[in-house]
Amino acid sequence: MSPALLGLVTIVIGVGGCLGYFYFSNLFLDKVLFPASGPNAGRNINRANMIRPWLFLGPAILALGLYLGYPVFETLRLSLTDRTQDGAFVGLANYQQMFAEPKFWEAMRNNMLWLIVVPAASTAFGLLAAQLTDRIKWGSIAKSLIFMPMAISFVGASVIFKLVYDARPAGNEQIGILNAVWMQFDGGFGSLLFLKVAPVLILAVFAALVAYIGWLLLRPIVSGGDNILVKALRAISGLISLWIALVALRNILDVIGMDFPYGQPQSWLTVPFYNNFFLMVVLIWIQTGFAMVILSAALRGIPEETVEAAIVDGANPFQIFFKIKVPQIMPTIVVVWTTITLVVLKVFDIVFAMTNGQWETQVLANYMYDKLFRANDWGVGSASAIIIMLLVSPILIWNVVQARKEMR
Amino acid sequence: MDNIAGRKSGLSWAVNISVVALVLLWLFPTVGLLVSSFRTADQISASGWWKALFPSEQVVQLRTGGAEAATQEGDLWVVEGNLLKDSEEGPEPGAEITRFGVSSKAVDAFAVGETTTFAKDTKTFTMDAAGTYRFTSTKELKKRGQRVFITATLPPEFTLANYDQVLLSGNSNDSMTKAFLNTLTVTIPATIIPIVIAAFAAYALAWMEFPGRALLIAAIVGLLVVPLQLALIPLLKLHLNIGIGKGYLGVWLAHTGFGLPLAIYLLRNYMSGLPRDIIENAKVDGATDFQIFTKIILPLSFPALASFAIFQFLWTWNDLLVAKVFLIDSTGNTTVMTNQIVELLGTRGGNWEILATAAFVSISVPLLVFFAMQRYLVRGLLAGSVK
Repeated sequence: MSPALLGLVTIVIGVGGCLGYFYFSNLFLDKVLFPASGPNAGRNINRANMIRPWLFLGPAILALGLYLGYPVFETLRLSLTDRTQDGAFVGLANYQQMFAEPKFWEAMRNNMLWLIVVPAASTAFGLLAAQLTDRIKWGSIAKSLIFMPMAISFVGASVIFKLVYDARPAGNEQIGILNAVWMQFDGGFGSLLFLKVAPVLILAVFAALVAYIGWLLLRPIVSGGDNILVKALRAISGLISLWIALVALRNILDVIGMDFPYGQPQSWLTVPFYNNFFLMVVLIWIQTGFAMVILSAALRGIPEETVEAAIVDGANPFQIFFKIKVPQIMPTIVVVWTTITLVVLKVFDIVFAMTNGQWETQVLANYMYDKLFRANDWGVGSASAIIIMLLVSPILIWNVVQARKEMR
Repeated sequence: MDNIAGRKSGLSWAVNISVVALVLLWLFPTVGLLVSSFRTADQISASGWWKALFPSEQVVQLRTGGAEAATQEGDLWVVEGNLLKDSEEGPEPGAEITRFGVSSKAVDAFAVGETTTFAKDTKTFTMDAAGTYRFTSTKELKKRGQRVFITATLPPEFTLANYDQVLLSGNSNDSMTKAFLNTLTVTIPATIIPIVIAAFAAYALAWMEFPGRALLIAAIVGLLVVPLQLALIPLLKLHLNIGIGKGYLGVWLAHTGFGLPLAIYLLRNYMSGLPRDIIENAKVDGATDFQIFTKIILPLSFPALASFAIFQFLWTWNDLLVAKVFLIDSTGNTTVMTNQIVELLGTRGGNWEILATAAFVSISVPLLVFFAMQRYLVRGLLAGSVK
């Protein structure tokens, strides 16, 4: 049977089967099992209504349990067994083996980089785009163009950016836009401006911003009032921010001291460490539209009185944005940030298609795929999947707690 | 908003320029791929795609007519004609010639309209911008005509040959037709089936009272973020054990399972916002839950259903991992487009004309869906994350 026909039959059987199941099971419940007539009509109706939700939920619970619930536990079990020994229980041996591999720590380091850079950059660009496009007439067109990469697959985006990063030997015409721009720099005044002054300024602003956030986080600890857990969280995140600010400051020195190979076309994806950022650009490019759409809706939801009051008090546009608008949409920013964090933790296609983890660009999801399907080592593969799960679980718990709060 | 207090923002022009810059930056990469897919391999490697949009200057070597085209005027042999129209190679007629030369040492020695005398003053040559020339010689001409170098400004040139190669040639390496159909076969059932299952479950969670409801909703919120990486090995083992193996059925089931949490979450949020009166009135009138669901809830929930359908469609169409694990076997007959492109990246990494075209074929459908149904997509995003 041709796949297309098979697909059609599956749609008919699947959809028809579902509808049929719901229809006939309800019919059976109402007419045969607990008919709403006869001497026990009232009791039967109540009983039928007790069972009915489970008829409606049945297929969903079955599918969720089998395809998402069961695998969590099965993967946990597999990570403690060894496939070559017929699935014998080996305790934490897989984890030990994995922790001893430099490639795993490379993946962890890169994932942490991704976790910091991609959500931050996407949210920042998204916020910028949302704020700017909301103030102009053709804003909706601009929005839909920035939003467009959301529809493009990670693989398609990888091809798009491989063309951007393409390098030809020196002397040939460059067909990758990045190298074409790079070849314009010759070490003169323009190069100084764009490659030294501009990056130093950007890094300095970034460091100042992060340090300010760290200060905001740390300041309330002294004044007291919060409970000990909140204080600890504030202390940790505040110190992390300060540390990031320090790293940024140290990089300023690196940039100043760096010797650029002018006139040499660069194959960007093979430059260790920095190639990670060229891969991240792809995801930032895709996710900015998402952040923009959500944040733009949040910005429009801000009560106008607050902005009017600020204008009357003589605030300038920057003050209005940072002191009035941003604090009011903070919850939305957190939601956007966590959503992108989830995407980042699972990022696979981009690395797989562009470098396949070579040149020190490995990430956890690709590491896992390597272990599972190339090395055929299900134990270590499952162990790395569990690591991804562990990284996700704080967000999972937070989401569930939030959802329970809303329900009440 | 800044105009509220009667002040016109002086930043307005700066905002416009920044947005233009941002949009261009975001569009640039995609446009590059699109333009490249309409260029030949030679054009792509000869110049950056951004130059393809403008007329380019090119030096071409052509020949005048030879002895058989010559006529005798007194003691002169004369050849007249049009270089662009007479020769099969070189630029199309219509290209504008700016300079010419008759020696390979000075290919752009003369401007059009000038007359050059060469070969010890025995020959003269002149031509205009359209390519019409006059070549004279005091001696009888050889069979082959005179070599002429022209510098011409060529209009931008594009070709559909790449799409022909990728879609119609049937070349087993490059052809995307099969992968396109396979992708479609994966996508459509994997979009429709979870919607049906999720709609019933969402209705139960939104409008039925039963013990454990809150717990179930919390569980679904939790499952929303479970990484599907966790599910790969256990489910592949399961599929192999119960005989589904690798194939369409497996990938449909997997996509259904992975799509359900979001589907139930979105639909439940939407359905629980529907007015209670309608449902209670219908109950009073004696409608069963099944009737309420199919006749009232489903039609009213259309926007939410459309939102999720777009999500799931984009996600299954663009997916690589699930297809690689649950669908594509060693024969490669069931390859999908994303996988085909990754393979092309390996085998034809330098052939940008094929890569660009293949990638564009694969992203064109999601882009169409995106621009046609953007409203629902945005609504779904807002419902799914801002809560």
